[in-house]
Amino acid sequence: MSVENVQALGEYIEMAMQPAILRKDFIAGELIFTVRREALKRFMTFLLNDANCDFKQLVDICGVDYPEQDERFEVVYNLLSLKHNFRVRVKVRTDENTPLDSMTTVYSAANWFEREVWDMYGVYFNDHPDLRRILTDYGFEGHPLRKDFPLTGFVELRYDETQKRVVYEPVKLQQDFRNFDFISPWEGMTDVQLPGDEKARKQKVGLGLPPLEGEE
Amino acid sequence: MSTEDKDVASQTKIKPFTMNFGPQHPAAHGVLRLVLEMDGEVVERADPHIGLLHRGTEKLIEYKTYLQAIPYFDRLDYVAPMNQEHAFALGVEKLLKIKAPLRAQYIRVLFSELTRIINHILNVTTYALDVGALTPALWGFEEREIGMEFYERVCGARLHANYFRPGGVHQDLPAGLADDMYEWAAKVLKFVDDMESLLTENRIFKQRTVDIGIVSKKEALDWGFSGPMLRASGVPWDLRKSQPYDVYAEMDFDIPTGTTGDCYARYLVRVEEMRQSARIMRQCLEKMPKGPVMVDDNKVTPPKRAEMKNSMEALIHHFKLYTEGYHVPAGETYTAVEAPKGEFAVYLVSDGTNKPYRCHIRAPGFAHLQGLDFMSKGHMLADAVAIIGSLDIVFGEIDR
Repeated sequence: MSVENVQALGEYIEMAMQPAILRKDFIAGELIFTVRREALKRFMTFLLNDANCDFKQLVDICGVDYPEQDERFEVVYNLLSLKHNFRVRVKVRTDENTPLDSMTTVYSAANWFEREVWDMYGVYFNDHPDLRRILTDYGFEGHPLRKDFPLTGFVELRYDETQKRVVYEPVKLQQDFRNFDFISPWEGMTDVQLPGDEKARKQKVGLGLPPLEGEE
Repeated sequence: MSTEDKDVASQTKIKPFTMNFGPQHPAAHGVLRLVLEMDGEVVERADPHIGLLHRGTEKLIEYKTYLQAIPYFDRLDYVAPMNQEHAFALGVEKLLKIKAPLRAQYIRVLFSELTRIINHILNVTTYALDVGALTPALWGFEEREIGMEFYERVCGARLHANYFRPGGVHQDLPAGLADDMYEWAAKVLKFVDDMESLLTENRIFKQRTVDIGIVSKKEALDWGFSGPMLRASGVPWDLRKSQPYDVYAEMDFDIPTGTTGDCYARYLVRVEEMRQSARIMRQCLEKMPKGPVMVDDNKVTPPKRAEMKNSMEALIHHFKLYTEGYHVPAGETYTAVEAPKGEFAVYLVSDGTNKPYRCHIRAPGFAHLQGLDFMSKGHMLADAVAIIGSLDIVFGEIDR
């Protein structure tokens, strides 16, 4: 689909579903809508059934965690229209306590994908027919893809010869997990004061910047 | 039926019972645990329990640099490793706004198609094994091994290739490999013909597969099917044609589609795809230009060994790239490729550091296995085995 057509489609969707949309992006040929939580189902039904959209396939659902934001979870739906040979991405924000509407009645494929998001992030879906954990162990606690879940997890298991069964124990690491800070001082650190930097700063004091520590 | 017989029938009515299938079962294709609710020998509900091979790949990738993330893709669908590297490499290239050199694109397409053939050989022959034919598997694995030797020659490993990199491929083809592959791409057709002579018109094979697990066009779309599963239901959809990446646009090949959407159609589609893949391989080798196989940018591409011995700059680049890695500009992309099993995609979110903020892996088998419940409903237990075989599932990618 050419760029003009995509933009036209984007504008068409925006016109038709104006109240549902919070934000529309068009980045590197990928059309992205951020929609209101309450309007998600209506929006998806529109994308599926409208003759100009015809997004017949729900290809993927996944979560992304931004713990520093108020509504920390972003749930991302990737849709595909075979007729127009085009993809669209729908995003919706939520937090730990606010459930989303399940898309299983719109797209059957949503079932397992939503179970995965529930398992990995703990985002709850209303009216889901069978919202069990899917990838983690039976009786697993926590939601492993959250940013505050440690990479090593909390428990490890082994076969216990005396009890003749698998036992769970708290994780014991032989050495600390090494996580190097690669936010390089050459590029990433902008607020660091190296010796000599005050000279550059002094000239700008006249521009209204506050004086540095130790300066009169 | 007399009244007495009816009484007996009502008394001996078999209570629906639950049966556990797998995870240790040769027809489970790995570690599928299937909880089946049976009415006699008829499946009423199939509930796949997955995750027995869950390794937390997505979480691990969040803690690795972009270069260190590639080997994880080999370990997803370990039957078709390079196609998955391809998705990740294309996604990172998109965020970095670079394009692999032409020769690298040809090599990637060449090896993607080789992978498709060896994947389909494994699937079709083990599928035949599931429904009772032993010989195709014995013949097929011999041929598959030759394909994997090409893997070994190009990257040093039979399975875990780590060969496609963002920006190209790791090394150029070694001397003589192109000729051998060209020869094999012709020879493998003979194998496909031989295998077909054993299966396609085989009465037992057809009895076990025709009209089993029928998926309609609408169902295939609704359940998010892709690849041969979708094409067998009569949807002419292939990302290599519809959204061509690398040099697929320059290749001349056909997309086989089925008409019936049953297990037999899926078998036929895969067989024809092998022939088309061999055709693409030959075209790649004929058209492949000379030139570099990695982008000429030392901020992404590590320098050559020899260069490092003389150039301080090269040494610094080498050190920085293999410790810190490159920083990828903030952004996000959903990049899909046509893997042998269907649409394999990577949803990559970058926050501008040297590690992906989020790397979601869309595995085709995940959506296909989900459809097992409606596909096997009302079929016999033995047919459920045939359906699992025709899904072409590998648990590395489903469980991630």
